[in-house]
Amino acid sequence: MLAAHSLSIAVAGRTLVEDLALEVRSGECWVVLGCNGSGKSSLLLAMAGLRQPSAGRVELRGRPIDAWPRRALAQRLGILLQDEPADYWGSTLDYVLLGRYPRSRTAYSEDPAAKGEALALLEEVDLAGHAPQPYRTLSGGERQRARLAQVFMQDPECLLLDEPLQHLDLKHQLGVMQALARRAAGGRAVLMALHEPAMAARVCDRAVLLYDSGRVRQGRIAEMLTQDNLELLYQCRLEPAGGPDAKIFVPR
Amino acid sequence: MNRRTLAWLILLAVPASLAVAVWHGSVDIPAARLLAALSGGGDSIDREIVWGLRAPRALAAFACGALLALAGTLLQALLRNPLADPFLLGVSGGAAAGALTAMLIGAALALQHVFAFAGAAFAAASVFAFSLRPSGWNAYRVILAGVALSAGFGAVVSLLLALAPAAQVHGMLFWLLGDLSGATDPLPAWLVLGVAAVVAQSQAAPLDLLALGEDKARSLGVAVMAVQSITFGCAALATMAAVLLGGSIGFVGLVTPHLLRLMGVHDHRMLLPLSLAAGGSLLALADAVARSVPAPVELPVGIVTALVGVPALLFLLTRTR
Repeated sequence: MLAAHSLSIAVAGRTLVEDLALEVRSGECWVVLGCNGSGKSSLLLAMAGLRQPSAGRVELRGRPIDAWPRRALAQRLGILLQDEPADYWGSTLDYVLLGRYPRSRTAYSEDPAAKGEALALLEEVDLAGHAPQPYRTLSGGERQRARLAQVFMQDPECLLLDEPLQHLDLKHQLGVMQALARRAAGGRAVLMALHEPAMAARVCDRAVLLYDSGRVRQGRIAEMLTQDNLELLYQCRLEPAGGPDAKIFVPR
Repeated sequence: MNRRTLAWLILLAVPASLAVAVWHGSVDIPAARLLAALSGGGDSIDREIVWGLRAPRALAAFACGALLALAGTLLQALLRNPLADPFLLGVSGGAAAGALTAMLIGAALALQHVFAFAGAAFAAASVFAFSLRPSGWNAYRVILAGVALSAGFGAVVSLLLALAPAAQVHGMLFWLLGDLSGATDPLPAWLVLGVAAVVAQSQAAPLDLLALGEDKARSLGVAVMAVQSITFGCAALATMAAVLLGGSIGFVGLVTPHLLRLMGVHDHRMLLPLSLAAGGSLLALADAVARSVPAPVELPVGIVTALVGVPALLFLLTRTR
């Protein structure tokens, strides 16, 4: 569905990703892991067609990402950005409804079906009571979940998420991961950058590891999230939590 | 007050403000004679005052205020900066430098307009050229280029004032303060207003999405660069038309959108047309005050807009959280 071919990404003269071949298929849930500054966000932005890679290309359904008309692309590919200005003035419900823009001609759908869908999505991210609340008065974690609901409202077949768990407490981390897993199970292609390998291990089926040198490893999650790989990736000593057979590692 | 009621009140203010502007002036015309003159009968002097002087003046004031408020709303959305106002683009400075140059060399009124237009167009084109990069728009560059150009034109204007003979300085000052006394033909401004209003309205939804940031707007299908270019062009055109009609009338463009936002109107589908209506009505009323209160002398209308608008905005600020 979404594929990178010989993709290289450089930021401020530093090569972060080199010659990456990656294909996210329908129904797959991928995680991108790496240290701060390893190029996770840059990779997602390039995959979304929001940044020009320094070399290589990105294709959605076999068509170069730049060749898609903006609106048609927005109907198929949505991205949760790491940072977004929080000065949106409307209600939380209005904010989520903006996700419908690629499929309607107005910013705020008057369609009762769309409104019902937005309310259901707010419930899914545990914000049911916050629909009329001004978006900018939400807490950081609540805002993060509203932003996720907006991407779900967009309902693209390809979901890119940059740190979907930031600002979230444990309960909502799990809720969001389950919501993403449901979308992958429903045939969406999901690619997310995370700092939580343990959460990735529970939900994702494939991983991309971005090392400092621009080197990339990818494969099945069980083969990627080993103690050796993660120690090398995060450049710190780890130990298994909950016994030697566990797949969860914590800093030693 | 709910938003629908507010919208109706603002729309009703349009005919009301125009009626007040036609009714009031340095000569007192009683209501019965005014109605007679408006319907084409009555005294020929009354008819000349109402149709020949006040109606065009009221329409010019309205168009000028509407253009400035529309430009202010567009620029505040484009730059995501609440302090953006139409004069940020250096357009008024450019127009002032052009108009004063024409006055200094003793050019005819028509030529003053040509000079003012050339100055304004030069300023807008410069800001455009400095801020548009192949990668996209940069709000900081718009603001910095606008501030730099405004400062440069300010120096030119000061120089022209220093060079001008004392007899010309008064006319120049009125031009700088914002003055509608020379605004006898509102038709061109209304044509620009019509075009700008339609174009601006077509960008209402994308402007709402731009509040989420450029990347997010782009990912939701907004052609960000096109929206920004259209918005900038529309705001520059509106400002130029307003400045050519009434000089640098301050405050209307900055404050009208804020007044509406403080009253709960944010959605650009509503904000754009209501800004237009409210800005036009405000300036039509302010101009009626400028013409009639200190009769027979006329005040530059820019003084009135500031004296009325500043306390109104401060009052609203104390009423909102």
